[in-house]
Amino acid sequence: MEAVLAIAIGVLTGSGVYLLLRPRTFQVVMGLTLISYAVNLFIFSMGRLKVDSEPVLTPGFPATLANTADPMPQALVLTAIVIGFAMTALFLVVLLASRGISGTDHVDGEEDA
Amino acid sequence: MSGIAAEIFRLLDRLLDFGMPHLVAVPILVPMLTAALMLLMGEHRRRLKSFLSVVSGLVGLLAALALLRWVNAPDTGGGPGSIGVYLPGNWPAPFGIVLVADRLSSMMVALTGVIAFAASIYSTSRWDRAGVHFHPLLQLQLMGLNGAFLTGDLFNLFVFFEVMLAASYGLLLHGSGRLRVRAGLHYIAINLAASSLFLVGASMLYGATGTLNMADLGVRIAQIAPADRTLVHAAAAVLATAFLAKAGAWPLNFWLVPAYSAAVSPVSAVFALLTKLGVYVLLRTSTLFFGHEAGDSAQFGQTVLLGLGLATLAVAAIGIVGTQRLSNLAGFSVLISAGTLLAAVGLGQRAVWAGALYYLLSSTLAASAMFLLIDMVERWRNAGRSIAPHESDQTAPFLSEDLTSFDDVNLDDDAQALYGRAIPAGVAFLGLAFLGCTLLLAGLPPLSGFVGKFAMLSGLMEQAPGRRGWLLLALLLGSGFLTLVALSRAGIRHFWTPTQGSLPALRAMEVLPVAVLLAACVALTVGAGPVMRHAQATAKGLDHPAAYRDAVFGARQRLGPTQGGAR
Repeated sequence: MEAVLAIAIGVLTGSGVYLLLRPRTFQVVMGLTLISYAVNLFIFSMGRLKVDSEPVLTPGFPATLANTADPMPQALVLTAIVIGFAMTALFLVVLLASRGISGTDHVDGEEDA
Repeated sequence: MSGIAAEIFRLLDRLLDFGMPHLVAVPILVPMLTAALMLLMGEHRRRLKSFLSVVSGLVGLLAALALLRWVNAPDTGGGPGSIGVYLPGNWPAPFGIVLVADRLSSMMVALTGVIAFAASIYSTSRWDRAGVHFHPLLQLQLMGLNGAFLTGDLFNLFVFFEVMLAASYGLLLHGSGRLRVRAGLHYIAINLAASSLFLVGASMLYGATGTLNMADLGVRIAQIAPADRTLVHAAAAVLATAFLAKAGAWPLNFWLVPAYSAAVSPVSAVFALLTKLGVYVLLRTSTLFFGHEAGDSAQFGQTVLLGLGLATLAVAAIGIVGTQRLSNLAGFSVLISAGTLLAAVGLGQRAVWAGALYYLLSSTLAASAMFLLIDMVERWRNAGRSIAPHESDQTAPFLSEDLTSFDDVNLDDDAQALYGRAIPAGVAFLGLAFLGCTLLLAGLPPLSGFVGKFAMLSGLMEQAPGRRGWLLLALLLGSGFLTLVALSRAGIRHFWTPTQGSLPALRAMEVLPVAVLLAACVALTVGAGPVMRHAQATAKGLDHPAAYRDAVFGARQRLGPTQGGAR
C-alpha cells in the first residue's frame, strides 16, 4: 500500500511540476491542481497508513493512536482542500482577465517573439 | 512633549490593565471584524469605509504599542514583563492553538500598525477608488500579517499566510491593467507553489514529531531518534523554501520587483512588510527548532541562509544600479533589505541579530515611505498618467523628451524667468522626503539607516568576523554605496532637471502618511538607545528560547463561571 501511494503522489507531483513549467496559463492551473492533489495525499499519509482502524474514539477501544486513525492530518487536509480550491478558483479568474486583456493565453501575456 | 508621552503611557497602561491577556488577539480580531463590517456595507459609503479603515489601523497600532509596553516592562512573573500568551480555544498548549506576543512579535505587529495606518490614510486620497473592495482587502491583509506574527502554531501560521496571500492577490490586482494582471498571474502561481511546499514541510514535521506547536516542536526535535533526524531536516528545508520564496531570497525572487512596482502605491507600501514576514518566520522557526539545545540539529541550515542572503544582497545591488524606473528602485531596495536580514539571521550571532532587528524597522519604514513618495513624484513628472503609470513597460518614463533642453523651459506662465524664486512647498517636500528616503535606504548618517547598519557591523566585529563575516561587511557597504548611486541618479533626474509642466499638486492626505513614516524613522534615530535595548533583549530571547517555551506551556486554561462552579 505504501508503494502504491508513494507512486501515486510521485506521478501527480511530476505531472504537476511539468505542467507548471509550461507556457500556457491553463496548463499552469492544471499543474497547480495536480500538485495540490499530491500534497493532500501526502499530508494524509503523514498520519501513517492504516486499514480498518476506528475513525473516532469508540467505547471498548483504548483511546490511543494504535487503535484509531490520526485525526490531525485529516483536519489539515480538510483545511488545505478548502484553501486550495478557493485559490484555484481565484487563479482561473485572473487567467481569464489576462486572456481578455492581452488576447493570448501565454503566461507572459505575449507570444514568444 | 514629555507630557504627551506620559499621557500615552498612562493610556497604554490602562489598556493593559483592562485588556490582558485578550489584548494579544486584538490585532487579529479588529481588522477581521472591520473587514466583515465593510463587506456588509456594499460598495458605497467610501468615506465611511476610509474612516473605519484608518480607525482600525489606529486601534491595531495602540494594541501593538500596549503589547510592546507589556513585554518590555520589568518582569514580575506572569504579569507585565512576561511573554503574553493567549489560548483562543481555552485548551492548553500543545493541544490547542496559541497566540504568543513576545518582544519580536509585538515589535513586528507595531511595525505593521504604523505602515497600515500610513497606507490606509494615503489610499483615501484616491487609490481606494481605482477598484472595488480596497479597504476590506487591506484589513484582511493586516489580519493575516498580524496573525502570522502572533501565532505559535505551524498550521495556524499556514492559515494566516493564506489569508494574507489571498488578500494580497486582490490588492495586487487592484486598479487592474495589463501589467498588474501579468504580474499578478506570476505572483499567484509562485505563491501557490510555495504554499504547497509549506504544507509538505509542515506535514512532514508533524509526521516525524507528532506536533505542530512551534514551542513543542523545538523540544521534540532535540529529542528525536537519530534515524528520523534526516527526515526532520528535509522537512525543515522544504518548509524554509516556502518562506524563502516569500522573503524574496535569490533565486526565488524574480517575481518580486515586477509585482511590487505594478501594484498601486499604498499596496506596495504594505507589501514591503510581506518580505519581512518571510524573514520573521525564518528567524522564529530557526531559533526555536534549531537553537543551541537542539543537539545534533543545532544551527541546521544557517550556512545556507547566510549564503542565500549574501547572494540576494549581491544580485539586488546589481539590480538597483541597473534600473531607472523609480518603482523598480524601491522594489530592489526591498530586496537589498531582505538579503541583508537573511544574511544577518544566518550569521547566528546575537549582537548581529540586534542590529538587524533595528535595521528591519528602519528599512521597512523607509521602503514604504519610498513607495508612497514615488507615486507623487511620478504623477508630478508624468502629467497625470499615474493611474496606469507603467503602461509603456521597460522604458524609463522620461529619458527621451525631458532630458533634452528646451529654450522656453525656465519660464513660468507669464513668461517670467523662474530663477531666483523661492522653491514651492510641494517640490520642497518631495525633494526633502526623497533625500530622507535615500539616506535611510543607503544607510548614511544622520538617520536610522546608518544606526542600523552600524549596529550590525559593530556586532559583527565583536568576534573575529571570519571570511563570511568580511564578505557580509563588504556586501553591506557595497550595496549601500550602489543604492546611493542609483537613488542620487534618480533624484537628480527627477528634481534637478527642468520641468515643462506645473508644480506638484499634493493633497494633505498624501503628504501626511509619508511624513508619518519618515517621522517614525527620525523617532527611531532619536530614540535609538531604548529601541536598541529592546532589539538586544529580543535577540537574547531568540538565542535562549526557553523563556518562550515556558510561557507557552505555562499558559493555563481559564475557567468560566459555570465551569468553575461545577468543579
